[in-house]
Amino acid sequence: MQGYMYPNEFELQWSLLIVLYPYITGLVAGAFILASLERVFNVKEVQPTYRLALLTALAFMLVATLPLLAHLGHPERSYEIFMTPNRKSAMAMFGFVYAWYLMVVLLVEIWFDYRKDMVQWYRESAGLKRWFYYALTLGATDTSADALKFDDKWGRWITIIGIPSAFLLHGYVGFIFGSIKANPWWSSVLMPVVFLFSAIVSGIALVLVLYMLTTMFRWRKIDMVCLEKLAQFLFYALIVDFSLESLDFIHRLYEAEESIGILSQMIESRLFISLIVLQVLMGTIIPLVMLGLTSSALHKGGFLRVAPELRQLIYLTCAVMIQIGIFSIRWNVVIGGQLFSKSLRGLTVYKVELLGIEGLAVTIGLLCLPLVILWVLVKILPPWTDQETPTTSQATA
Amino acid sequence: MTEADDQAISNQDAPHNRDPDRREFLNEMLAVCGAAAPVFFGIVRVPVQTDEYDASDHHYGMGIDVNKCIGCGRCVQACTIENDVPEEPHFTNTWVERYIIKTDGEVMVDSPDAGMHGFPRTGDEGAILKTFFVPKLCNHCEEAPCVQVCPVGATFTTEDGVVLVDEEYCIGCRYCIQACPYGARYLHPEKHVAGKCTFCYHRLVEGLVPACVEVCPTQARIFGAVEGRPTPLAQFMRFNTIQVLKPHLNTQPKVFYANLDGEVR
Ligand code: SF4
Ligand code: SF4
Repeated sequence: MQGYMYPNEFELQWSLLIVLYPYITGLVAGAFILASLERVFNVKEVQPTYRLALLTALAFMLVATLPLLAHLGHPERSYEIFMTPNRKSAMAMFGFVYAWYLMVVLLVEIWFDYRKDMVQWYRESAGLKRWFYYALTLGATDTSADALKFDDKWGRWITIIGIPSAFLLHGYVGFIFGSIKANPWWSSVLMPVVFLFSAIVSGIALVLVLYMLTTMFRWRKIDMVCLEKLAQFLFYALIVDFSLESLDFIHRLYEAEESIGILSQMIESRLFISLIVLQVLMGTIIPLVMLGLTSSALHKGGFLRVAPELRQLIYLTCAVMIQIGIFSIRWNVVIGGQLFSKSLRGLTVYKVELLGIEGLAVTIGLLCLPLVILWVLVKILPPWTDQETPTTSQATA
Repeated sequence: MTEADDQAISNQDAPHNRDPDRREFLNEMLAVCGAAAPVFFGIVRVPVQTDEYDASDHHYGMGIDVNKCIGCGRCVQACTIENDVPEEPHFTNTWVERYIIKTDGEVMVDSPDAGMHGFPRTGDEGAILKTFFVPKLCNHCEEAPCVQVCPVGATFTTEDGVVLVDEEYCIGCRYCIQACPYGARYLHPEKHVAGKCTFCYHRLVEGLVPACVEVCPTQARIFGAVEGRPTPLAQFMRFNTIQVLKPHLNTQPKVFYANLDGEVR
């Protein structure tokens, strides 16, 4: 501790678990927006990732509430948010936004998209499995051309509703922080927008990593056209995200409100590694340069001609670095916002504990859980487009 | 002084009927506030009280005269005892800050143990321009951000203008603690619900003043209804230049400071 903190500020209110919450919802929104791009705007190239992105969004969505619940003083009362929500509270709406997104958007979209396959799996299998898939179809086993057209039409509509919903879901998480006028580090109209674009970046990066890994582990060839497109999207989204972050930064610096002194101190000391090194340098600038040079984002085929294998490695590295960068963004927002006193006279420190409900172990567990769920989902609803013809979908950019 | 205040309190007519459907919470709150006494005692007493005490008759606030505070910390002690605030780890409903402003403009602020045990001499302060003490507590804001953000409505404003937490209802999300610009809230380490100053609501309904006001040896804290001439608070506000903390945030605090230095935030 350095300087003066109000007595009640000696403990941080929101810990590592609350860093996870915007991080995970960001991944959900980002993965979903990527999937929607393919569907609504008909981006054929990224089609191999469409279902994978949907399932990823679902897997992370199912986990999104856990860090929040684990953090509550009285988790057993959490249902009160639904029973007697305070309509003026930004947080109260979370339950509804979440339920809407999970129930109405994600599940329905996945159902429409998979119905034909589920019917097929139901017809092909026997015993328990047969009944399981029958249950998943909800009894709708008509696969006539008309029925499939209906699926497609409604699936499309749901996607169209889904895009603003995904924006809402994550923009809203940004609003939870951005609307706190007591906290100069959080309070910013740009917060929801910055959250949204960083979410899109993280979602694309995650799907890119998952697509590459799952393809490699299934011993298939990576579809380079698809990968190229993902890398391009990643580059563009990252540019927008970085511009917004910079705008926010410059705006604060230029306005130089009374909090500027303590906030600069905080960035120089407490947040140097996580903000300057991890978020800006490793998570943004280096990937931007790497993607800019090698992908087709700025120049067809990239400024640097590199072999596809090397390019794959570069994209994978970039995506992982970006992922670390986005996690740092969440950390810098959530933890950074609590490292300085609201008296603007002091800084405190946050030490992550290893064990315990708010500790590192639980956090890592909560980060792995969606991957386990995804693994199960992929087993139940295989998302691959290259199943029967392992080698036909390759192409080079 | 207490008597005078009692008079003032019961004489006031300042109905603020902002949250009538929270009446039942209020009743529960009364029971909860009585927790220091045996539970059955609280249950027996509460109904009798609500009959006599009409919340719509009052609208409370507090005045603090910075020049009068000597930094003895009696208020903090009294509050801790009266409201069962756990001493370890040290959270607090009210605290006293010491400001030391040096001739070169450097400002040193501290509040060891919330000022509960007074203030030790600091070593080498150099040339001091001025020094003073500032008692702080929940401002019972008229436009309270903590009330706005509470997802379940567990934090609420009573009809008489006091911001309270319903301990049976709070889910412990800590959003209100983040939203309070003044550091007035904490998560109660044993009850796992938001904790804060209640203006000693359990005392108010009996016609008493908050414990901190009662024990202050210099009458640096003045309590009463905000409006109307006869109350000590109204007098205080009339004869002093009044300032509130962080006015730019438009929380409309109801703790009013006289002789407040610009360095205090
Ligand atoms: S001072 Fe803080 S806790 Fe008290 S009413 Fe204002 S915002 Fe709420
Ligand atoms: S901690 Fe309790 S009182 Fe505070 S916002 Fe959450 S539910 Fe409301």
